[in-house]
Amino acid sequence: MSDSQAIGETPLAIEHESRPELRHHFADVEQQRNAASLGMWWFLGTEIMFFGGMFCGYLVYRRIYFPDFAVASRSLDLIVGTFNTTVLICSSLTVAQAVRAAQLGKRVLQVRMLLLTLVFGLAFLGIKAYEWGNKYKEHHIPTFSDYNVISGEGSLIKGDNAKFLGIDKLRNDPAKLRQREAEIQQRTKIFYSLYFALTGMHAIHMVVGVGIFTVITIMAYQGKFTPEYHTPLEIAGLYWHFVDIVWIYLFPLLYLIDRRPGA
Amino acid sequence: MATTAVSVEQKNYINAEYGIRSWLFTTDHKRIALLYLISITAMFFIGGFFALLIRLELLTPAGDLLTADMYNKAFSMHGQVMVFFFLVPSIPATLGNFLIPMMIGAKDLAFPRINLLSWYIYIAAACLYLWCIATGGVDTGWTFYTPFSSQFSNSHVVEAALAIFIAGFSSILTGLNFVVTVHRMRAPGMTWSRLPLFVWSHYATSIIMLLGTPVIAITLVLVALERALNLGIFDPTRGGDPVLFQHLFWFYSHPAVYIMILPSMAVVSEIVPCFSRKRIFGYTFVAIASIAIAVIGFLVWAHHMFVAGISLYSALVFSFLSYLVAVPSAIKVFNWTATMYKGSVSFSTPMLYALGFIGLFTIGGLTGLFLACLGVDVHVHDTYFVIAHFHYVMVGGAVLGYLGGIHFWWPKISGRMYPESWGRLAAIIVFIGFNLTFFPQFILGYLGMPRRYWDYSHMPEWQGLNVLSTAGASILAVGYLLPMVYMLWSLRYGKPAPDNPWQATGLEWRTASPPPTFNFDETPEVTWEAYEYEKMPLPEEVTLER
Amino acid sequence: MFDNFPLWPASASSHSLPIDLLYIFLVVLSAVTTLGIFAIIVAFGAKYRRRHGREAQQIEGSMILEIAWSIIPLGIFLVVFVWGAVLFFDVRTPPRDSAEIYVVGKQWMWKLQHMEGPREINELHVPVDKDIKLIMTSQDVIHSFFIPAFRIKQDVLPGRYTTLWFRATKPGTYHLFCAQYCGTMHSGMIGEVVVMTPTDYQAWVTGSAPVGSLAQDGRTMFQQLGCNTCHRFDVQGRGPNLIGVFGHPVQLEDGRIVTADENYIRQHILTPGRTVVSGFKNIMPSWQGQITEEQLNSLVAYIKSLGAPPEGAAGGPTNNPGPATAEPRD
Repeated sequence: MSDSQAIGETPLAIEHESRPELRHHFADVEQQRNAASLGMWWFLGTEIMFFGGMFCGYLVYRRIYFPDFAVASRSLDLIVGTFNTTVLICSSLTVAQAVRAAQLGKRVLQVRMLLLTLVFGLAFLGIKAYEWGNKYKEHHIPTFSDYNVISGEGSLIKGDNAKFLGIDKLRNDPAKLRQREAEIQQRTKIFYSLYFALTGMHAIHMVVGVGIFTVITIMAYQGKFTPEYHTPLEIAGLYWHFVDIVWIYLFPLLYLIDRRPGA
Repeated sequence: MATTAVSVEQKNYINAEYGIRSWLFTTDHKRIALLYLISITAMFFIGGFFALLIRLELLTPAGDLLTADMYNKAFSMHGQVMVFFFLVPSIPATLGNFLIPMMIGAKDLAFPRINLLSWYIYIAAACLYLWCIATGGVDTGWTFYTPFSSQFSNSHVVEAALAIFIAGFSSILTGLNFVVTVHRMRAPGMTWSRLPLFVWSHYATSIIMLLGTPVIAITLVLVALERALNLGIFDPTRGGDPVLFQHLFWFYSHPAVYIMILPSMAVVSEIVPCFSRKRIFGYTFVAIASIAIAVIGFLVWAHHMFVAGISLYSALVFSFLSYLVAVPSAIKVFNWTATMYKGSVSFSTPMLYALGFIGLFTIGGLTGLFLACLGVDVHVHDTYFVIAHFHYVMVGGAVLGYLGGIHFWWPKISGRMYPESWGRLAAIIVFIGFNLTFFPQFILGYLGMPRRYWDYSHMPEWQGLNVLSTAGASILAVGYLLPMVYMLWSLRYGKPAPDNPWQATGLEWRTASPPPTFNFDETPEVTWEAYEYEKMPLPEEVTLER
Repeated sequence: MFDNFPLWPASASSHSLPIDLLYIFLVVLSAVTTLGIFAIIVAFGAKYRRRHGREAQQIEGSMILEIAWSIIPLGIFLVVFVWGAVLFFDVRTPPRDSAEIYVVGKQWMWKLQHMEGPREINELHVPVDKDIKLIMTSQDVIHSFFIPAFRIKQDVLPGRYTTLWFRATKPGTYHLFCAQYCGTMHSGMIGEVVVMTPTDYQAWVTGSAPVGSLAQDGRTMFQQLGCNTCHRFDVQGRGPNLIGVFGHPVQLEDGRIVTADENYIRQHILTPGRTVVSGFKNIMPSWQGQITEEQLNSLVAYIKSLGAPPEGAAGGPTNNPGPATAEPRD
């Protein structure tokens, strides 16, 4: 591995003068771009470890509480979730297009793609807020005292869930029914806690991403990105793709645990 | 004795600009290193204050100085401050920040503004933690075990957890900077095999910082959420598993101890060759050993949990791996010792600290073997044996390395020589005080004195050893205070330092003391190996001067 | 002279000597290594101290030495690992016929229940030379049951049973400590283990207020809670016949075969739906939140005390009439 950079034939001073974006401690733009890129990849590595801790907790509880997790998962709106996933994937597409546009020196196309990215990103967040609102209405948010998955609006006991959870056999015995219900309440609460922790942490990362891309869009509008230099756009793009990939893992783990027809 | 400034005409990083704004908005890695130096020294004395409370309370069997809750807070905050706000940043953020660009021939780190940001994040975290202390503190132990921390504690768990969470980001950004810098910013000719071992060790440390810290970050977030929102993820009465917390906590906190020791090893690897006037013995092995410690260190976390309820077979696996991780550390100790063979050895203050490190780290590391040993661990786990073990490696190892490094590079950092006789005296006082404090604790541990005990009035037979330990602590405190005094004294009255007072190899010594803002007048082109001491003249009696 | 300055703990169990031997080996190994390194450093420092006219000799390294001082320590470490692992296996494997004592830890006391009946708080009386197994759980946070003289400790967890066993070898009184920080009075959660000769122990047992043996309490509970309406002893009721079930394999509905140990019985009482026995319906109510840990302990003790093993595994729709009487004689 030989990354030690030769200064090359261009005298340092001239390089620095002609390329105002080149910072003083770098020898040339190539070195600066490589450093920025490597930095972002490592940072994304730390983000994997960050989400990883929560994934680990999720996997442990899913294994030991599978039926309850499956039923709670079914209470998430699959259509809305799938649509939201598509929205996010489209936003990654527009980011990639924006980078391509920068490589081709097309400023207007860059800005259009970046604006679309922002639109998709904000749409994702809006739809997420809508989903959380529904969870609130169904009394599925764990911290509230009227949290109740058994009866009323937010009941999880419907369709073949009752059989899956072992509830239907207990209909004749109120005491036993109450026991099992209490248990379902506890375990689905763990699911929802992890759901909100995971999607909440993801949403925070999206908000940061939207903020970053707002700045990037302004920079693109000001013509700061050229085929020779569009490093901030590239590494911001890396971040956005990563947040997308986290969602691509979250979606099946949270929404698709045990979907069956009629459930 | 000269009292004028170093060289009035010469611009260096200290006098390049004046005013508080030039310091608070600096992007110069050397200035940021000094900002860190001041902050972590302050936190060290805060952590030390809590230690003082602990040792004073334990002078007598009865809990007669503090209430039980106050004592529980004292040991909890001693641990948290010392680990997260002192040891983890110490050498990397001060010496690492200052030296790594210079050692590789660069003008700065890869991301200077992120470097400054990491300091501000550290300060924000420290302020939040100080707020936590001021409003009543936290009493969960430094380990935050659930369900005590998430349900039962009546202290400021959320504030403490969040403060440490924030501090973690400072650590991550420092590590990020170092890794990218070492990969991308080396001067022409500075290949990996020519890097000083200081850089190799910091590279390994940075890998751990990057991959480990996020896990404790998310774990503390989950504890804070659990407590604030009453969730139940770690509460067994609601289907949760408290042992899951322990796995997540130790997944970081074990590699964290390597974050705390590798930089000190880095320092020792620079000092011993310099004061033996010869290249390090087994350069490649020492370099690879650092990486091996970092990698294997991620695989041993559950050796903190042998009696926590994990299965027999898990325990076997983790015990085995823990023995593996001891091997690279042993290799380093042998290589450092062999470096002195047929050398030309002198005993300056840095060398005294480095040799002290080798001896005390050996004891600390060997006692780790006792803990990795399943049969013995059952008896000594959660006793003073463990406390003695980790203080041997953390204080006898990490702190001694830190002090040695500060002394060694002080001329470069400040442009002044510290007074050598005082330096040696302080080193010897630290060594004696340290051993007197912690050696009796091995015995106390095997006797059965558990950790975190406020009162031992039913076991008065333990008092003798406790008194010895407190006596040692008071000597150790003197040893710590002395450098504070004479280092500050040297800033004004110390002999002005030449570029290379120790005649050490290393690019940092080829530039002025203190260095100019951009480190080198011209980017060096490196054509030599790391420790070519045969080409260096002997230092001129520098080590004997006041 | 060393009364006030003890250097070694009392040794009072069958674990003490083996662990002490391993510890001493490690101490000697460490001392030799440490003194060796110290001596070498002092020797090199003296012999090679800086002198005018003598230059340092540049030595790159030595592959042989590197291999030697990697392999030899590794070899020694592996010996220690195996030795420690063997001891650990023994410490973690209670002998089959150990007498059992139930322990409940809570902030900040230990509650102990002997099978013969006596209840103790912060004190544990045991006969010498008998294998004793402690079955422990916590009511609140994590604690740890530590008897230094026996060289054993085990964390005590809420929501689970953990076990620890010993054979006391010397009559006397020994310290009992909580070794996992558990809050304000963690250092007050201490007590005594009193090891007695068999006759003294018998005297103590009969002398203590007879509350009824744990299993007898469990039997009362079994009837009071209506368990016997489904778990009949004459024919298979709606629930399996529990005679001889304890300690034997059980086949579950999903095909798994598990052993009906204390943890299984406890978990099944609290969450029966998770481990429905093959051939039976999932109709057993859960007792989570309905009974205390002590009551659970007594039920487990009762089920353990039930008589001869049935033919074959406990699961399966075999008709097993059992004895003619409605209940086994107790």
